[in-house]
Amino acid sequence: MDVSVSPVDEPRTIHPGTPRVDRVFHGSVRAVALVVLVIFGAIGLFLGAKSISTFHLYGGRFLTESDWEPSLNRIGISSTLLGTMLVALTALIIAFPLALATALYISEYAPARLKPALVSLVDVMAAVPSIIYAAWGFFLLMPHMIGVSHWLHQYLGFIPLFRVDTDPNAAVLAQARYTGSMFIAGIVVSMMVLPIACAVMRGVFAQAPIGEREAAYALGGTRWGMIRTVVLPFGRGGIIGGTMLGLGRALGETVAVAIILSAAFDFKFRVLENGGSTISKLIAERFGDATTVQLAALLTAGFVLFVLTLIVNTIAAIFISRSRSGAATEA
Amino acid sequence: MSISPLTASPPATVGPSEPVLDPQPPRPLSTRTLDDVLSVVGSALGSFAGTWVVYVQLLPLSGVLGFAICWYVAFLIMYASVNALTHPRPIVVSKLMTVVMTSAALLVGLSLATVIVYTAGKGLKALIHLNFFTRDMAGVGPTTALDQGGIAHAIVGSLIMLGIAVAVSLPFGLATAVFMTEVGGWFGKVVRTVVEAMTAVPDLLAGLFVYVTLIVGLGWERTGLAAAIAISVTMIPIVARSAEVALRVVPGGLREAGLALGASHWQTVRRVVLPTARPGLATALILAMARGVGETAPLLIVSGASTFMNANPTTGPMNSLPLFIYSAIRSPEPLTIERGFAAAVVLLAIVFVLFAVTRLLAFFSVKKFLKRHPTQEMATPGGLWTS
Repeated sequence: MDVSVSPVDEPRTIHPGTPRVDRVFHGSVRAVALVVLVIFGAIGLFLGAKSISTFHLYGGRFLTESDWEPSLNRIGISSTLLGTMLVALTALIIAFPLALATALYISEYAPARLKPALVSLVDVMAAVPSIIYAAWGFFLLMPHMIGVSHWLHQYLGFIPLFRVDTDPNAAVLAQARYTGSMFIAGIVVSMMVLPIACAVMRGVFAQAPIGEREAAYALGGTRWGMIRTVVLPFGRGGIIGGTMLGLGRALGETVAVAIILSAAFDFKFRVLENGGSTISKLIAERFGDATTVQLAALLTAGFVLFVLTLIVNTIAAIFISRSRSGAATEA
Repeated sequence: MSISPLTASPPATVGPSEPVLDPQPPRPLSTRTLDDVLSVVGSALGSFAGTWVVYVQLLPLSGVLGFAICWYVAFLIMYASVNALTHPRPIVVSKLMTVVMTSAALLVGLSLATVIVYTAGKGLKALIHLNFFTRDMAGVGPTTALDQGGIAHAIVGSLIMLGIAVAVSLPFGLATAVFMTEVGGWFGKVVRTVVEAMTAVPDLLAGLFVYVTLIVGLGWERTGLAAAIAISVTMIPIVARSAEVALRVVPGGLREAGLALGASHWQTVRRVVLPTARPGLATALILAMARGVGETAPLLIVSGASTFMNANPTTGPMNSLPLFIYSAIRSPEPLTIERGFAAAVVLLAIVFVLFAVTRLLAFFSVKKFLKRHPTQEMATPGGLWTS
């Protein structure tokens, strides 16, 4: 026998090797992803870098000064930051219950045949450009909201939030004091927040396990009893995440706020009163006539907004991804 | 009343010798009784009448909104008490919540309807003039009658900007999505995190970034190209994210089959993964287009507004629909405001057409899928706006 068979099988080494075409493919998509990463990283880094010079120049005053008066070299964002928060919170307070109820209606109450149409309707609502909501809010909503603001001021004016710097019982209603307020801007922004929050919540509610739903019914629960004990606890992550996502959108909304809110730089909590400011409104209106120093200050304001939305959205993403992993069912 | 087709026509194969089954009347599956319907209608009418007497006739109150709120509260109370007569507490609570949820959803739908109807109504006067679509605003003052001037320049500008933005954001967004799903690794996770974060960053900041780098930094003019780049920056993360969702639902078995047949990874992606995900990818792109065409905030900063037709994106200012609306509705002139609303109708129409195309694409892809695999469930990318 000249053919010798080795008694033990030698493990052959495998060289899968990547074909050249795949190396080119992987390299090129990786390069594109890197470019995208660099562009978006650059936005953050760039805004951050520009902020350093502003903080050198103005120091902590930039965060505590309320006025934006470049001619007097008084530049600060405390009132603007407060206004951003107040508008966003107003929007959220209005949008949250409506989004929750609409999401529950679509996932739990609506007839099965209507469901796809309703889901697309929410998508349509998210697709309507913000400039159209702004026009609607300015021309249709604002005249109707003066009465509401006045009523709130008249009967709830003892709460600092609802105070307006005018006499609520004057013979002639001082209408101009109630227009262009953070309250009205907040209502319009809530129209843009609502579909985003609603879509996330509905998505999570729809994933509530069917077994637990049926168990609740089998134990004799009513529909609301089932929702309260199964759907809502299961969807808690989605409710919080969707709301936070909406908050991120509300913080950055520009056009509607710029059109509706009259410019004012007082540090105030009086949401019903005419005037206010938000970071995005400030940037949109002041970048044009800004000198280099002022532009850097606007970029710093932009950086503050950037960090704010990034934090809010990261929290939202964490909640949403947790709720989708199904971990909530075990609790 | 619905009669199940099974009992309506007995199968013809049943011979006369076999015992005929006692035809059972179909049991109603709907749990809604006449009682339920009448209690809602009755409470609504009763509370309306009661509120009218108290609110309009007795108390010194006025205002449609106040009336509606009082009516609603009275309705809830009346509905709850009517049901409490015959039902135990948990059922009353459940019924009340049903009404609350339904009315909240109705309120949301109604407000969306007012947005669309009001915009259309205010824009109608300018829209009926054909010149509104064929002329630009050169030499047209704010008080000129509506039969002169138009928004052709803004429509053309918007479409050109959208075209450039798609040409930039589609390859970048798609390649990023392919990288995230098909190549991945730790770097893929980094890219995904950054892209997810960027979808949420305000559009205004993208405009500000482009303004400072291209216009202040590189000394560009404020042109249509700069505006298109700003729109692309906001569109890339949207395309990348929703395309990733579309690619992720491609069954892994298809990829493995491609690789097992000896195809290279590139061939598998090109011949198997991308064609399978095509409807989802188209949806992703069109949704991003719908978002991009309505983008206003970055344009405020980056694009100059012209009153005349400028089809060249590289020189001179170029107007666009959102920017035209923005400046028109801030004008004190009623005629200019009407033009703004008419432009808003055109913008809405563009968005809705893009949206309808995505629905059609989804519809046809589902139909095709069901024809091929009638028993399987299809995983469709849902919630592309937000997930």
